[in-house]
Amino acid sequence: MTTETTSAPPAAGSRTPARRRSEGSYTAHVGRPGFAWAVPATLFFLIFAIAPLVMVAVLSFMSWNGLGSPRFVGMDNWSRVLDDPVMIKSIWLTLLVTVLGVAIQTPLSILLGVWAAGQQRNRAVLSVIYFIPLLLSSTAVSVLWRALLDPNFGIPAQATWLFGDGNLFGKQASAIGVLAFVSTWQFTPFHTLIYQGAARAIPQVLYQAAEIDGAGRYRQFFHITLPQLRNSVVTSMILMIVGGLTTFETVLILTQGGPGTDTTISAYYMYQKAFKSFDFGAGAAIALVLVVAATIISLIVVRVSGYDKMRSSMEGL
Amino acid sequence: MRRRPNHLAGVGSVVWLFLVGLPLYVMLVATVQPQSEYTRNGPLSFPHSFTFDNYTGAFDSGFGQYFLNTVIVTACVVGLVLLLVPPLAYAIVRSRSRVTSQVFRLFLLGLAIPAQAVIVPMFYLISKAGLYDNLLGVILPTAAFCLPMSALILSGAMRDISPELFEAMAMDGATPRRMFFQLVVPLSGGGLSTIVVFSALQAWNGFLFPLVLTQSDSTKLVTLGLYNFQTEHGINIPGLLAAVVLSMVPVLLVYLFARRALVQGLMGVGGK
Repeated sequence: MTTETTSAPPAAGSRTPARRRSEGSYTAHVGRPGFAWAVPATLFFLIFAIAPLVMVAVLSFMSWNGLGSPRFVGMDNWSRVLDDPVMIKSIWLTLLVTVLGVAIQTPLSILLGVWAAGQQRNRAVLSVIYFIPLLLSSTAVSVLWRALLDPNFGIPAQATWLFGDGNLFGKQASAIGVLAFVSTWQFTPFHTLIYQGAARAIPQVLYQAAEIDGAGRYRQFFHITLPQLRNSVVTSMILMIVGGLTTFETVLILTQGGPGTDTTISAYYMYQKAFKSFDFGAGAAIALVLVVAATIISLIVVRVSGYDKMRSSMEGL
Repeated sequence: MRRRPNHLAGVGSVVWLFLVGLPLYVMLVATVQPQSEYTRNGPLSFPHSFTFDNYTGAFDSGFGQYFLNTVIVTACVVGLVLLLVPPLAYAIVRSRSRVTSQVFRLFLLGLAIPAQAVIVPMFYLISKAGLYDNLLGVILPTAAFCLPMSALILSGAMRDISPELFEAMAMDGATPRRMFFQLVVPLSGGGLSTIVVFSALQAWNGFLFPLVLTQSDSTKLVTLGLYNFQTEHGINIPGLLAAVVLSMVPVLLVYLFARRALVQGLMGVGGK
């Protein structure tokens, strides 16, 4: 945003009285597009995104098997879902996968992002390779790792000194480890880009001043870089949390929720309930739990960090 | 300023290079060797013979059709986004109507809706509309879920157009429609290319909507083809990985020729 000119473009909807006066009565409303310009997109969005979101709440009180018409059943889906031990387990697994994702990816992507924002000579070449996982779809990433980690024909079968019996998908701990590893592999480049952009936007003069004061690299990192990256940490963490809570393709393709139900996380369980057992009401109830959880957690992160009092969420991008 | 090399980050960057580079190398090497050789020698061995059979095999097992379907879906999603978002963003940036700022809030709220959350009612809607197992049934929800981020990106780009230009055109008696076509659209090229890349990526890489809204081979998309190939011929790893490589090629081409727009479009993807 340019602020040095006399008429910086103010954000829509936050026009100051002074601004309105300066435009005079002639131009204030001449040449302004009406609401009609927003109607097609809004209608489209209402039908294909907002209406389904409302319907998910309604359907959670209905019984529907995919054919015919849904029938109102009151709290039946809810009591079944909340009594279901697999569901309760799936919530804990979802939280575990999400927390693991945030705990592994945040420090890693901050380190890589700050490094990639620097001026090393090999950086440009390396960063081209670094970001390749970003180009792959979740499906491609999961299929690739499923093949590479195949118990019989994959890397673990060849490197038994590292992987033991080689069947990483046979035990809960290693299966969850695979899920955490694959999402780290896939999403760290994305978060690295966020931090790279933000780290580049930190004024160099802060580091110069710190250097004059004799602060070392680590003090500079903890006292300048990290505090300056605070907005990006919040942005990136919210994205990780929402992404973690809705992890689906990786589970479907890598573990199918197994062994047993040991990696059946909520989004996958919802898919199974709705589209495998044709219990769409229970599926809708689980979906609603996910939406509410993602919204609440994001709001908590925003509140705790004081992010809602700041404006620039995309700094440096 | 900081001239001392940062050893910790340096080591980390090399480790990451290995973690990213090794799987990609294994994938490429696997796709150019016969299945029997890969099965016998494992993924870490150096290939002894060279073949393109895995790539032709992918096309034989239907990937040609899947590519065509995906191109159709991607083109239609991009077309819908280009049709709907520029007027929306124009209204968000320039309209004085109070309703418009409420609309903008609605789209900001929409940023937080994950596709997983609405997949059950979406299935209901699409099947009631008679669009189940129809490419249009995938196109419509995919485009709808591109709207919030595209609106955010494009209205950001349009805000950078100087108000003086609008005022000058208003003095000349230009209508909103003329301002839109002669001023706003020509000056938002960067934003437009970002939303094109963003929505194309969403459509190309989309999985959940095609998974639950289509069924037959004639409407299969590439991502779904990969998933089916894996469940049905999981043992043919070189063939499977060749299909993975093929699915990446278009995105890689964009990466080579429009890196900036791609990275900006990717940043819009939001960790999906």
